[in-house]
Order: sequence, then structure tokens, then C-alpha cells
Amino acid sequence: MSDTKAAGMTRRELFEQRQKRRSIVIAGTSTLLVLLAVVILVPLTPGWEKVQKSFFNGAVLTKTFPKLIDAFQLNVLIFIWSAPLIAILGLLVALARDAKSPAMFPLRILGAAFTDVFRGVPVILTVYLIGFGIPGLGLPRPWNSPYIWGSVALILTYSAYVAEIFRAGIDSVHPSQRSAALSLGLSERQIMWDVILPQAVRNVVPSQMNMLIALQKDVSLLSFIGPVEIFRQAGVFKSLLANFTPYVGAAIIFLIITVPATRYADYLLARQSKERS
Amino acid sequence: MFKKTTISVVLTALMASTAIAGGHCAADKTLTEGKLTVATGNPAYFPWVIDDAPESGQGFEAAVVYAVAKEMGFSDSDVVWVRSSFDEAIQPGAKDFDFNIQQYSITAERDEIVDFSAPYFTSPMAVLVGPGAVDTAATMAALKGLKWGASGSHTSVQKLMNDIRPMSDPLLYADNADINAAIGANQIDAALFDLPTALFLSAVMIEGSKVIGQFPADDSQGGDQFGMLLEDGNQLKTCIDDALAAITANGTLAAIEATWLQDTTGVPVIQ
Repeated sequence: MSDTKAAGMTRRELFEQRQKRRSIVIAGTSTLLVLLAVVILVPLTPGWEKVQKSFFNGAVLTKTFPKLIDAFQLNVLIFIWSAPLIAILGLLVALARDAKSPAMFPLRILGAAFTDVFRGVPVILTVYLIGFGIPGLGLPRPWNSPYIWGSVALILTYSAYVAEIFRAGIDSVHPSQRSAALSLGLSERQIMWDVILPQAVRNVVPSQMNMLIALQKDVSLLSFIGPVEIFRQAGVFKSLLANFTPYVGAAIIFLIITVPATRYADYLLARQSKERS
Repeated sequence: MFKKTTISVVLTALMASTAIAGGHCAADKTLTEGKLTVATGNPAYFPWVIDDAPESGQGFEAAVVYAVAKEMGFSDSDVVWVRSSFDEAIQPGAKDFDFNIQQYSITAERDEIVDFSAPYFTSPMAVLVGPGAVDTAATMAALKGLKWGASGSHTSVQKLMNDIRPMSDPLLYADNADINAAIGANQIDAALFDLPTALFLSAVMIEGSKVIGQFPADDSQGGDQFGMLLEDGNQLKTCIDDALAAITANGTLAAIEATWLQDTTGVPVIQ
């Protein structure tokens, strides 16, 4: 053993190193070729000049970008107050759907109906119906604010999805855990809170990360009922300037947030599958 | 001197109109030879187009289109209607219309991307208030205190932000129906429209609402000039401009306006 180490690497290691180098060169070249093709060929298309002026207009971007960032703060705010409420309501619905006692049967039905309805209706419809409908009943200001009822619509829709993920997490905890806890004399409540939920929640963290990313994007749907968040602000610029570049600017801002978040969710998922295998 | 110029303008316009009536100007310049393809909104709103049926020629913009088409040498049956959204009209690439008419305000920024005809209407902006705010005085100071809404695709947003500067953040909507819903839900007190639209919404659509004032039309920020939208560099622009000049000179345009747009003199000017 020490002999081969001293001589450098084994033949196998040398071979693997060569293979690795070779694939890096191939991957690099092909990526470069594709990039070159895009950079050279797209501008050769007859409509490129017009597309560039309408979608990738530097002057328009620098003019509108700071205001888009201002508007994005509203997205972040709505996200911040909605996300915890979604987590709480989602967990409650999941627990309701998992209630074991026969007396709790109405709760299970209610939970099932809730998830069926709010997962089945497009988010934008829920936003419209709740955002204009409930304030239309005659609530006084400020309780008829579209910020409140738009957020409620998001919370209802997303907690339906989140509840299903929590439920899958609860189901993923092996029944033997429950039996073991019972044999130790733990109560139903203790079993759920101290034994099952800690494991269930841990199991579903990567999936819930994806819901957070989706929520971050769907906050923009509130623009339909009035709040001037980034999507509406970009739309205002689009109309005034007859130019789509502000939308590209908005997309960039979203990507700055969502790409790292997506990578992190992927990392969590990879770590989890490694732990399990 | 003044009279002479007027007469010569009218004469030139008349001569131009006879020349155009031959159909030479638009030859080879339209999408389909011998047809004039016109786009309008989906839906198209009163009083610009009545009952969303532009082919009837009923409504201000529909009537203007048929008058312009006639002037350009097209018969009524040569006018083909298509529908388009605002975004379709400004996207780069080939258009499926010769021109698009749906209350497009002419602005320098938009003109860089698309072309506009000469204006066919100048509209002051007007303030429509919901049932809860009908007693608001028509002064800037009183307007600042209202909760505002507007259409996000309309130039009124600029007027709202730059001139009125309301104390609370305005809410912006995709179209007039949503503004209507927001007023109904008492989420906003007031909204800014072009005057004919405001008068129509107040009279027909939004119960208990009132048009409390208009901004002076000569104020550069207060008035909007509506133009027909064409693809950038469209050769048809000069034909349309000539036709518009002709129907302005011979009084047709004023007559159409008198027929379809309400008398707006009763609305107080905002101080």
C-alpha cells in the first residue's frame, strides 16, 4: 500500500483522473459552443433589433429598476406576514385530517373539504372572490383593505397545499414509533407533539421550501385587486413606455431571490436522501 | 389674412380628400390589398364602441374609423375588425392590423416603439368618486385626501402620482371593471379616467357615483390626445393623417363627436 502511495497514484486513480479531465474539457467545450451559438445567432435574426429595444432596453431598465425594487418591498412584506400564518393553518388542517377519535369525524370532513376546495380553485380566482367579495359585504375601513383579504386568499390556498405536505410527513413516520410511544404510556397529544411531529416536520422541510418559493411568486397575484407590488409597477411602466423591459427587470429581481432559495431547497433534499440511504 | 389662411387650409384639405378618394394613397400599404384591417379592444367600451360591436359603426371610435376609411377610399364593407390587447399592440414584430384604435394616449415614450396617427380626440382627465365621497370639493387639496384608484395601463397613473400626489398609496387595477368592483367594495373613494369614460361609468355602471371635476384640457398633463396606433414605420400613417385632417376640416369629426360623446361642459374644472 505505502509503496503505491509513494509512487504517486494507482493506475486506477490515474485513469479516473484522466477520465475526469476529459469530461471537464468536453463539458466546457459544448457549453461554450452553445453559448456562442446563442450570442452570435440570436442577434442575426431579422427581428432582434426590435426585440432588444422592447425587452432588453438598457435605458429603460436603469430608469425603472430602482422603482421596481421599491415595489418589491411590498411583495416581501406580504410574504413575511403570510408565510407563518400559512404554516400554522396548514399544520392545523393536517392535524384535523389526521384526527383519530370518532368524535372528531366532522373535523376530518371539514379538513378534507378545505383542501379539496382551495387546491382545486385557481389562486387568482380565490384572490378575486375573497379580495373583492368579502369587502363588498360592507366592512368598514380599514377592515376591507385588499391587502388583508388578498393575503387571506393566499393563506387559504397555500395552507391547503402545505397541509397535504404535512400530512404526507405525518404518514411517513413509521407506525412503530407510535406503538413504542404508547407502550411508554404517552398520551395521544404527547405522541403527536413530542414523537411524530418533530420527525414529520423534519421530513418535509425541503418540500415546504418549494412552497415558500411558489408563494413568493404568487404574491404578485394580489396586484389584480389593487396593491401596487412589483408586477403591477412593471405593468404601469410597460404601459407608459410601451416597452416590456420592466417585466424583464421584475424577473431579474425575482430570480435574485428564488434562485438561491431553490438551490438551498435542492441541497436540503439531497442531504435528506443521503441520510436516508 | 386669417380668413385667407383658413380658406386655403380648407381648400387644401378638400383637394387632398378628393385625391385620397381615388384610393391611391393606401394602395399596397394595407395588410390585405383592398381591405382596411382595424383593431380595437376586447371588449371595446362605450361610448367609444356601442355594445362591443364596432362593425355597426355605432360609437365614437367606430364612427371615426368608418369616416377615415371612407376618406381613404374604402367602402364600409372593406373595413375588417380584429381585437387586440394593449400588449399585443406594442409587442415587437408583425402586426395583424393596419391600425389599432382604443383610446391610446400619444406619448413621446410610446412613440419610440410604435407610431401614432394625428390625434382624433383630446380628452381632459376627470375624477369619478364613489357614493361615499360625492361631497368632495373639486380642489386639489380635497382630492389629495381621498383613497385613489386608477387603471394601471392608463396615462392617468402619471397624472395621479405627479400632480395629485395623494396622501395614501393609490391602488391600481387591470381594467375599468375591477375599478368598479373596488369602488363597490368601498376600497377606493375616487378614480381617474378620461372624461367620456368617467361620465359613462357614472351614469350607467357605478351606482351612486359622480364625476366631480375635470382637469383643464389645455394643461399639458391634464389632457390626453388619443391617436391610432400603427406599427413603427408603417407607410399608412400619412394616408390616415391626411384623412383625419380632411374629416376635421369638413366638420365630420366634430359631428361624430357631437353624436356620440356627451356634452361635457357641466363638469366643473378642478382648481
